[in-house]
Amino acid sequence: MHPEHPEPHPEHPEPHEHGPDEVPHTHPDPGVDPHAPLTGGPRALRIGIGGPVGSGKTALVAALCRTLGEQLRLAVVTNDIYTTEDADFLLRNGVLPAERIRAVETGCCPHTAIRDDISANLDAVEDLEASLGPLDLVLVESGGDNLTATFSKGLIDQQIFVVDVSGGDKVPRKGGPGVTTADLLVINKTDLAPLVGADLSVMDRDARARRHELPTVFLSLAEDKAATPVAEWIRGLVAARAAGTPG
Amino acid sequence: MRAEARVAAESDGRGGTRLTTLRGQSPLLLRRTGPRASAGVTVHLVGGAAGPLRGDELRLEIEVGPGARLELLSVAAQLALPGRPAPASRLTITATVAAGGTLRWLPEPLIAAAGCDHVAITRVTVETGGSLLWRDDLVCGRHGEDSGDFVADTLVRYGGSTLYRHELAVGPRAAGWSGPAILGGARAVGTVVTAGPESMVPGAAGPDAAVMPLAGPGMLATATGADIRHVRAALDPFCAGHPTARRPGAPVAA
Amino acid sequence: MSLATLLLLADGRLPSGGHAHSSGLEAQVSAGRVRSVEDLDGFLRGKLATGALVSAAFAAAACGDVARCADLDAGLDARTPSPALRRASRAQGRALLRAGRAMWPVAAIGREPHQPVALGALAAAAGLSPAETAVAAAHGAITGPAGAAVRLLGLDPYAVHALLARLAPECDRIAELAAKRSGDPVDDLPAAGAPLLDIGAEHHATWEVRLFAS
Repeated sequence: MHPEHPEPHPEHPEPHEHGPDEVPHTHPDPGVDPHAPLTGGPRALRIGIGGPVGSGKTALVAALCRTLGEQLRLAVVTNDIYTTEDADFLLRNGVLPAERIRAVETGCCPHTAIRDDISANLDAVEDLEASLGPLDLVLVESGGDNLTATFSKGLIDQQIFVVDVSGGDKVPRKGGPGVTTADLLVINKTDLAPLVGADLSVMDRDARARRHELPTVFLSLAEDKAATPVAEWIRGLVAARAAGTPG
Repeated sequence: MRAEARVAAESDGRGGTRLTTLRGQSPLLLRRTGPRASAGVTVHLVGGAAGPLRGDELRLEIEVGPGARLELLSVAAQLALPGRPAPASRLTITATVAAGGTLRWLPEPLIAAAGCDHVAITRVTVETGGSLLWRDDLVCGRHGEDSGDFVADTLVRYGGSTLYRHELAVGPRAAGWSGPAILGGARAVGTVVTAGPESMVPGAAGPDAAVMPLAGPGMLATATGADIRHVRAALDPFCAGHPTARRPGAPVAA
Repeated sequence: MSLATLLLLADGRLPSGGHAHSSGLEAQVSAGRVRSVEDLDGFLRGKLATGALVSAAFAAAACGDVARCADLDAGLDARTPSPALRRASRAQGRALLRAGRAMWPVAAIGREPHQPVALGALAAAAGLSPAETAVAAAHGAITGPAGAAVRLLGLDPYAVHALLARLAPECDRIAELAAKRSGDPVDDLPAAGAPLLDIGAEHHATWEVRLFAS
């Protein structure tokens, strides 16, 4: 130990003393336990939004930000394989200010970052809550992956799985953990159904068979820019959480 | 060969700098150069013999007092050579800079000739309010030859804390040194460390160069290149602002 | 000591954020310096001689005396000139602490310590020795970028693991050297740097499109 560095106080360990004229350090908040509540009070409801590439996850997140951003204290974490593309989309579309969006790098493995090693996402969620103050809702958007990619329960409270009709009306029948177990299944781009020959009633029937009592909604963001049924479902969860009942 | 050299500069009390000590032994010979009228003093290292050679033990001490300004340069590249079978040659530079003092170390490159075994140990201590610019350029082998073994062992302390601690080993004994983690086949590498008020603009400084704000009050510019000209092109701009600063792309003995 | 505990700490599946970091490999792949298993060999040997040695020594030192963590953390700051690499190391330290705290009673060493300091504190809490900690650190320093190489370049995973097997004795040697020096004063601990990794990390941090956090 260097004579210049005093022994850390046993109850307030700090990496080192900071002189008044020192350049700011790169390690914020030394001595703060990562598991200590950063903002006090209950944490935000965390909803994961996953689904295959191109199913419309980012457009759905943008719509939810527009619809819910006025009423709820909201932030978004994105997990695009290309670092900031989804975050940039949200910024370009002006749905959320930059400080409410965090992009997480996933090292070529979007499903790892939301399921197997959720640390970067947890850090991002906690950093958002620490910098913005208490939030009602954090949307965690997965990078586009496949039908097996689901969120860890250690990261999110509820998850939405987004598929679209252009993948064919067989998708719900094929199942997979996303379709089968997501708390809400969104069948997106219904306006394209006639063009791609997808039968929505078949999709509805198969989804019910796969998902039993779990809800499924049909959505066309081209026709419903507010993503009304999804926004309603989220409002219900936030209200239930505020009322102290399990979502 | 053993040699010691020492230079000490202090404020003359009238806004200028005077040398209180200037002595050396071959091959570490020191000469005062530059205009007498300037605020700072310029001293050149003039090589008194080829080397360092294996077995050489060289020491240079630099002391800059409060308010003094000292710039050290060298007239030619240092050429580390094999010489007789002997332990590694060693150059130990110890420098201290007091509050309000300024030290600029801008020598010509060190060339690690094939078969050399050389260690450069640098220990710089800057008091809070002192200012430092420390340049080191390295060329790995003379033209068309392999690099000899060379280790740079550098420690810069500022205001009582370690600001920069770095070792670089090149040559046949250094595993992976020319591989894609360390020099990636580059034959030349240079660094500029600043501490205190001396500063550079952070960011990329060319494809194989970067200027990095250190965790403490200082910066590091690092550049690698196929030859020393690339390194000079990247780093010389940070060492300008002084009449004796080198011209970018100036020829070198290597 | 427990060998099974050591394996747990060194397991790439430990949820400690490592999968999103290439340890500088992505920048060198992009620069065209790493294209093949042979290039990866050169990269990993350089990594062992520099970053792995430093990480192993600091992790072993932290494990040996958790009270040194603050000084060791400052020592790593002084050895990490690249702000991007300091951020990457602290992000991984934070993630590792998160995982470690769920596993063992880890000492309070700050919220975002450098990764080797966090590793040492975890190892101490897990009852491991400095020598074992050094092996875990050196092993992690090469298996991380090796895994990234498989993902970035589509290298044959068997060839990459054959390379890791060839490097295992050198990894052990570096860990032993690191552990031996781990009781030294912080300024005297290994400080081997890798200029291209510093430069590459600074360039990488400015890319608009990147797959790895570092």
